[in-house]
Amino acid sequence: MLQDVYYSLPIALCSFFGITAMLLGALVQKNRSNIVMPYSTIGLVTVFTFAALFWGRNGTAFNGMITIGMYPYFFDMLFAAAGILVMIAARPYLQRMNWEFDEFYVLVLFAVSGMMLMAHANHLLITFIGIEIMSISFYVLAAYMRNESLSVESGLKYFLLGAFSTGFLLYGMALIYGATGGKMEYPAIRAAVSYGSQMPLLLLAGTGLIIVGLCFKVAAFPFHVWAPDVYQGAPTVVTAFMSTGGKAAAFAAFIQLGAVLIPNGGPDSVKITHLLAIISAASMLYGNIAACAQQNVKRLLAYSSIAQAGYMMIGIVAGTGRGTSGLMFYLAAYLFTQIGAFIVAAALENEYGKQLEFSDYAGLAKRHPLLAGVMSLFMFSLVGLPPFAVFFGKYYLFTAAIEAGYTWLALVGVLASVISAYFYLGLIVAMYFRTHETGEIQPAAPGMSGVTIALAVAGVILLGLIPAAVLRITGGGM
Amino acid sequence: MRLASVRTARKITVFTLINHIPIPFMLLATLFAPLVGALALLLVSRDAKKALKYSSLLVSLITFVFGLVALLQFDRSNPNMQMLTSQAWIPSLDAGFRIGVDGMSVLFVFLTTLTMPVVILAGFDSIKEHEKEFYALILLLEFGVIGIFAALDTFLFYVFFELILIPMYFLIGIWGGERRAFAAIKFFIYTMFGSLVMLVALIWLGYYVQQTTGHFTTNLLLLREIAPTIPLETQKWMFFAFMLAFCIKVPLFPVHTWLPDVQSESPLVATVVVGAVLFKIGIYGLIRFGLEMFPQSSLEYAKVMCTLGAIAVVYGALVAIVQTDMRRLASYALVSSLGTMVMGVFSMTPEGVQGAILQTFNHGLSVTGLFLCLGVLTEQRGTTNLADYGGVAKVMPMFAVLFAISMFSLAGLPGLNGFIGEYLLLLGTFRSPFLNNWVYGIVGATTGTFVAMYMLKLYNNVCFGKTPNEESASMKDLTTKELATLIPATILMIWIGVYPSTFMRFSEESTKALVGKLEIIKFGTTKHTDTLKKLHAAPHEGAAHNSAAQSGSGH
Repeated sequence: MLQDVYYSLPIALCSFFGITAMLLGALVQKNRSNIVMPYSTIGLVTVFTFAALFWGRNGTAFNGMITIGMYPYFFDMLFAAAGILVMIAARPYLQRMNWEFDEFYVLVLFAVSGMMLMAHANHLLITFIGIEIMSISFYVLAAYMRNESLSVESGLKYFLLGAFSTGFLLYGMALIYGATGGKMEYPAIRAAVSYGSQMPLLLLAGTGLIIVGLCFKVAAFPFHVWAPDVYQGAPTVVTAFMSTGGKAAAFAAFIQLGAVLIPNGGPDSVKITHLLAIISAASMLYGNIAACAQQNVKRLLAYSSIAQAGYMMIGIVAGTGRGTSGLMFYLAAYLFTQIGAFIVAAALENEYGKQLEFSDYAGLAKRHPLLAGVMSLFMFSLVGLPPFAVFFGKYYLFTAAIEAGYTWLALVGVLASVISAYFYLGLIVAMYFRTHETGEIQPAAPGMSGVTIALAVAGVILLGLIPAAVLRITGGGM
Repeated sequence: MRLASVRTARKITVFTLINHIPIPFMLLATLFAPLVGALALLLVSRDAKKALKYSSLLVSLITFVFGLVALLQFDRSNPNMQMLTSQAWIPSLDAGFRIGVDGMSVLFVFLTTLTMPVVILAGFDSIKEHEKEFYALILLLEFGVIGIFAALDTFLFYVFFELILIPMYFLIGIWGGERRAFAAIKFFIYTMFGSLVMLVALIWLGYYVQQTTGHFTTNLLLLREIAPTIPLETQKWMFFAFMLAFCIKVPLFPVHTWLPDVQSESPLVATVVVGAVLFKIGIYGLIRFGLEMFPQSSLEYAKVMCTLGAIAVVYGALVAIVQTDMRRLASYALVSSLGTMVMGVFSMTPEGVQGAILQTFNHGLSVTGLFLCLGVLTEQRGTTNLADYGGVAKVMPMFAVLFAISMFSLAGLPGLNGFIGEYLLLLGTFRSPFLNNWVYGIVGATTGTFVAMYMLKLYNNVCFGKTPNEESASMKDLTTKELATLIPATILMIWIGVYPSTFMRFSEESTKALVGKLEIIKFGTTKHTDTLKKLHAAPHEGAAHNSAAQSGSGH
C-alpha cells in the first residue's frame, strides 16, 4: 500500500497541493492569490520533479488500477509543465482583468490531477474519473470570468456538449464491460479482445462510442463544433491550458485505449483504423481550411488546434511504437508552441476579448518588436518549419504514417500544412507588413508572462534542435 | 630572378599553410560564419547603421575567404564526397549532422560565398529602414544556402531547404513593393508545397531503406547507393516529388508563376538574391536528387523534362518581349534561360551538366548586374516602366557601358561568361545520346535570338532614342558606390568569358563520374564521357578552349 502511494506520488502530490491550496485560500484573509499562486506553482514544480525522479520505474499500483512507467511519467511532466507555464502567465492577465481569485490556481491544480489520472489509468473507471476531474475543472475555468457573457457562454457550451460526450464515453465503457464479461482493467480487456478475428457487436459498438467520446475531447472533426466558440470565449490563459494540456490528456487516454481496443490484425480493427485515418485527414483539412477565414487570433488558433488534433491522430492511426513516440513528441512540441502563442495574445489583450483581431495586430512589429518576433517564431513552428519543435513532430508522425502504410495520410497532412501556411503567415503579414490604422492602442505589458513566453521559446527551439533528448524519453530512441 | 624565387617561396608558404588546416574545418567555418555573423549582428545597436553595413560586408567577405580556402583544399581529381563531418543527431531516424562536398557542391558553395558580398554591397544604398534585420536575414539566408549545398543528410538538407524560406519571406515582405505581402505569401506557399511533397518522398526513401536493410536512414551517402536500385515503378513517384520541389525552386514552366510576382514586388536586393542564389538551389537539386539518386527515372523522363525546358525557353522569351515593365521583362527572361539550364541538366552529357552548373553562376552574375542597373535607374526615377526612359546613354555613359556588359553577358555574346555556358548547354543538348533528338537543341538555340530581341529592346528603350521628359535628361551617372557593386560582377563576367576553367575544373570529375554512371545504365559503356576532356583537360588549355568555343559559334 505504502509503495503504491509512493510510486503514484506525482498524482497524490498534485491532489494534495490542490486541496491544501484551497484550504490555504480559506485561511488567509487578505491578498489570497499572493500566497496561493506561489504555493500552487511550487506544488507543480514539485510534481514535475517527482515525475522526473521516478523515471525508469515500471509496474502497476493499487491492484492494477494505475500504471507506472515512462509513458505516464512523461505525461505527468508535460501536464505539470503546462500548468506551471499557464499559472505564471495567468497572474498578470487576471490582474489586468481585475478578476484574480485564488480559486483559479486551485482549479488548475485539480485539472492537472485529473489529467495525470488519465495518463496513469489502467482501468476504465480511473480513465473516466480522470476525464471528469479534468473536464469539470475546465468547465469552471472556461466560465471563470462570470461577468463576461462570452466567458459564460463558453463555459455553458463546453459543459453541455462535454457532458453529452461524456455520456458517449460512459456508454461505450459500459458496453465494453458487458462484451468482455465484466472486465475493466486494460490488460484483461486486451486479453479478452485480441483472441478472435471478428469483434463481437457489443465490443464494436463500445469501441465506437469511446472513440466518439475521445474525439470530442481532442476536438477532432466532426466532433469539433464546440472548440472555436469555447476557445474564443474562455479567458485566454484558460484556452492556452485547455487546448494543450486538455488535448494532451485526452490523447494520453486515446493512446492507451487505442492500444487496448484496436489490436492489430483483425479485419474490424483495420476498419476502425481506416475510420480514424479518415477522421484524422478530415480534421487536418477542415481545421486548416476553416482557419483561413478567421480574423480573430484566438479563433484562428482554435481552428488550427482542430487541425493539430488531426496531425496527432496520425500517431494513433499508425499505432506503432514510432507513431506513439511521435505523438508524444508532437504533444510536447505543440504544448510549448500553442501556450506561447496564446500567452502572447493574452499579453496584448488589454480588455477582455479585445485587441485580438488581425487589424489590432497590424504593425505590431513596430510597437512590440519582441512580442511580434516570438509570435512569428510560434507561427513558423506551427506551420511546421524547421528547425522549430512542431516540424520535427510532423516529420516523425509522417514517418510513422508511411511506415504503417498510410502514405496517403502523410500526403494529406502535407497538403493541409501548405494550406495552414496561408493563415499562420497571414498573422505575420499583419504584424510585419502592414501598418496600424485605427488610432492609438494601449501598449500591453507582458509582465511576468514574459517568463512563460521565454520558457516557451526555449522549448520550441530546444525541442527542434535536440529532439533526440525527448525522443529517448518517449521511447523513440531505439 | 631573385624576385621570382621570392614569389614562389611566398606562394609555397601560403599553400603549405592552407594544407595545414584540418580538412573539414574550412567547410564548417564557411557554413557557420554567416550564422555567427547574423547572431553577432543582433548585438549591434540599431542606430549604428554604418557599423551594421560594414560588419555584415566583413562577415560575407570572411565567409568568402573561408569558401576560397575550402575550394583550394578540395582535391578536384577525386569525384567522391570530401571534407566529411558526421555528428549523430537523432539516432532513431539515423539523422545526423553530415556535411561534405563533391566537386559540384564545393563549386556551388564557393560561388554562393562569392555572390553574397556583391548582394550586400547592393543593399548599401537601397535599404534605408530596418537595416539590422535586413543584414541579419541576408546572412541567415547565406547560412541556409551553403547548408543546402553541403548537407549530406536528407533531414539536414530539408532543414536548410526550409530555413531559407524565412529570410526570403521577410526580405520580400518587409522591403518589397506595393503588393509585397501577396508576393511573399505566394512565394512561401509555392515553395513550401514543393518541399513538403519532397519531404514525403524523403521519408519514403528512408523507409524503403528500412525495409531492405532494417534501419531507417537519412544518410545521403547511403541513400545514393540504394536509391538507384529501387524499381522504376516506385522510384518514379519519388522522382516526381523531388522534381516538383526543385522545378518550383528553379522555377521551370509550368510552376514558374511565382517568379514574376516576386521579382517585381521584391526589393531590388531580394531580386538579386533570387536571381543569384535561389536558382542555383533548383539546378543543384535537379542534379543531386534527380540524376544522381534516380538515374533510371531521369533517363525515362529526360525527354519530358527537356520538353518542359523547351517550352519554358520559348514561352518565357515570348512573354518577355511584350513586357513593358523592366523587372517583369527581366524575370520572364530568366524563366526562358532557366529552361535551357534544365535542358542542359537532362541532356545528361558532361557538357550539358557542366554548362548548367556554370550557367547558374553566370546568371547569378548577369542578373546581379542587370538588376543592379535597373536598381540604379529606379533609385533615381522610382519607376520601372520602360516607356519612361530613353536617351540615358547620353547622360549616363558609364552606366550605359556596364549595363551593356551585363546585358550582353545574359544574351551570350562571345567573350563574356554567358556565351560559354550557353554554348556548353547547347552542345550537350545536341550531342546527348539520351535525348537523341535534334529538336531540343534547335529549340534551345532559339534562346540566343530571343534574348537578343528582348534585351536589345530593353537596352534601346532605356539608353538610346529620344529623351521622353526632362527627368530622364537630368539623371546622374553612377556613383562610386554603385561602381563598387557593379565592377566586381563585371570583372567576373569577363573572367569567366575568357577563362572558364578556373571554376569549371572543380566540378569536372564529379560530373564525369555521374554521367558515366548514367551511360553505364543506358548503354553499358562510358564511351561518351571523354568529349569534355578535350575542352577542359587542364587549366593552361583554357585559352585554347575559348577559341575553340568561339569557332564553334561561327557555325
